[in-house]
Parts: sequence; structure tokens; C-alpha cells
Amino acid sequence: MARRAGAPEVSAGSMADIAFLLLIFFLVTTTIETDAGLDRMLPPMEPPEDDVVIKQKNILQVIINRNGQLLVDDELTDIKGLRLKAKDFLDNNGDGTCTYCKGKKNAESSDNPTKAIISLKNDRETKYSTYITVQNELVGAYNDLRDREANRLFGKDFTEMEATYLDQQTPPSEKEALKEKVKQIQDLFPQKLSEAETSSN
Amino acid sequence: MSKFSKKKSGEVPAVSTASLPDIVFMLLFFFMTVTVMKDNSLKVENILPNANEIKKLDKKDRVIYIYVGKPSKEYEKVYGTEPKIQLNDKFSDPSEVGSYILQERAKKHQDLQNFLTTSLKVDKNANMGLISDIKQELRKVNALKVNYTTYEGDAFRNLQ
Repeated sequence: MARRAGAPEVSAGSMADIAFLLLIFFLVTTTIETDAGLDRMLPPMEPPEDDVVIKQKNILQVIINRNGQLLVDDELTDIKGLRLKAKDFLDNNGDGTCTYCKGKKNAESSDNPTKAIISLKNDRETKYSTYITVQNELVGAYNDLRDREANRLFGKDFTEMEATYLDQQTPPSEKEALKEKVKQIQDLFPQKLSEAETSSN
Repeated sequence: MSKFSKKKSGEVPAVSTASLPDIVFMLLFFFMTVTVMKDNSLKVENILPNANEIKKLDKKDRVIYIYVGKPSKEYEKVYGTEPKIQLNDKFSDPSEVGSYILQERAKKHQDLQNFLTTSLKVDKNANMGLISDIKQELRKVNALKVNYTTYEGDAFRNLQ
């Protein structure tokens, strides 16, 4: 039998066309999803059974009107100043029981971080983007304080620790170790952000 | 004169296209990995606001999406220009949100049903009134975990 001089070469010229076809198919059928945002818990529908009385000084009232103006404890405030105000309020330590706070100990402001509540109220006509900015600043105030404590205790940012904890790719052993730490920091500055129902006028 | 007009050899050698498939495949794999399949088409304008204190959403099978925004151009004539809610593929009233959540929840695996997050994808020009209505409905069906989905960016850019 005559020996073949090797198999004939397959033409790869159309490979590019096939690949382009696939590429275009994927470009058309898929989207780059945004999958991040501000996590919030809504208050449950049924009111708590025991009506707790909260002192006025432990509540920071934030009201957004329809024009996007901000009223923080009856004082017109620029949104850029909100984060600082919220931080001062949370970190105030009025009754001196909070050992890690660095606040001014103002008797007129909140007692300690576990009692401090931020109440957010908005108008029906408020723009969503303004609302998100305010939410972002309030969450930012909590995160800043938690970062400060996490840096003091563990030498790491809280936001970073939490992100690692929530990441699916983190091995379970590492998660278990982080869980305690994250919980500890969260308890130092518990996020108490109440959202009142919107006013219609 | 003849010095210039004379060509050395007939033609320019052809550029080899042998590596073209490799390049295209590289692009293809890039897109395959960074994107996800579209599961419903948007009928509303959906430019999300920016925020920087954000957390990543859970896995996709634990999330229920609600879209809010102005009806896009082709639906403007029928549905007007006021922001609307889009559930799955159709426009809905706030009162339908509750039943939609329950319906979606029932579709998920039993183990996951208590860990669902509702992702609110709201256009930045929407008003809070509609969002409050949705939040109220979500509270009624006890879907308390919400995520205001945003782009990552400076939050103050929202105000302009």
C-alpha cells in the first residue's frame, strides 16, 4: 500500500467567522448586571408589643422635603454635612457608659450608640436619587465608626471584613473566625435606622 | 526618474490572519465570563443612582427583582410618562407587588425561601411615593430584606 504523505491540512480560515458568530450571539443575549447596592431591612408590619418610650435626645430626626432639602433635628443642613452630624450623634456618649466612644459627651445628644436611633422621613415627592444619597451618607456614618473600631481592635477595616465574610468564595473556616469579629463590631454600633412612613403633604 | 517608479517586487505580502480566531475566542471568553443571560427585557428607563457604601447582592437564585422607572419610548403612548413598576415582563400597580413576591417566593427552593432579598432597581428620577407604596406592600408579605440596587460611584453625583 502506498504511504500517505500525512493527513491533508484542515483549513482554519473559517474559524474566525465561527468565533465571531458566537461572540455576537453572547453580546446580544447577555447584559453586564449591576449586582450591588444598599442593603436595608424594613420594619415588620405588626408593631412591637411593648411600647418603649424613647427619649427625644436619642433620636436624630432626618427629614427630606420635596425639593431635596434636609432638616436634621430642626436644623437646615447640607447633605454633605449629614455624615458628620450623624457620626457626632452616634458617637456622642452622653451618659458616659460607652468606653470606646470619642464623642463630645453632650448632654443634649444621644446617651450611647446602642440607644441612638436615626429616624428618616421623606416626602412622597422626594426624588429617589436624593433619598439614596441620604441613605448612603447614613450607612457611611455607621461604616466609618465601625471601621474605626475594627481598626483599633483587629487592625482591619470593618467593611473589608464584612465583604470577606459575605463572599461565597471564602472558605468556611475563615468565615467562622470572621463571624465573631463582625458581630462584635456590629454590636458596638448597632444600625438603628428607622424609616417612618412618608408624609403626603 | 526611473529610480522612483520602479517597484521592487510585485505585491505587498498578505497579512497573516491565522491568529484572528484566537483573538476572537479571547473576546468571546471574556464576555462569557463577565456577563449573565438576560432573563427579562426592560420596559422602563432604568438609570440607577450612585452610591459608594454598597454591598454585593446575594447569589442570583436568592434575589427577586422589581424595576421602577418611566416607561421607555415605545410604551410612552400607552402608559404615559409617570414612573411605573415592572414585574417580570409587564407593568403593574403597587397592589400587585405583594402577590408577585409570594408567587416568586413559591417558585424558589424551599431551603432558600427564608433568605430571599428583594432588589429594587429604581430609576433615579422616580419619586419616593411609589417606592413607599412598594415598601408598604413588601412589609405586608413579610419580605423585609431589600436592596436598593445602585451603581458604584460618588453619591453626590445624584444631586446634580
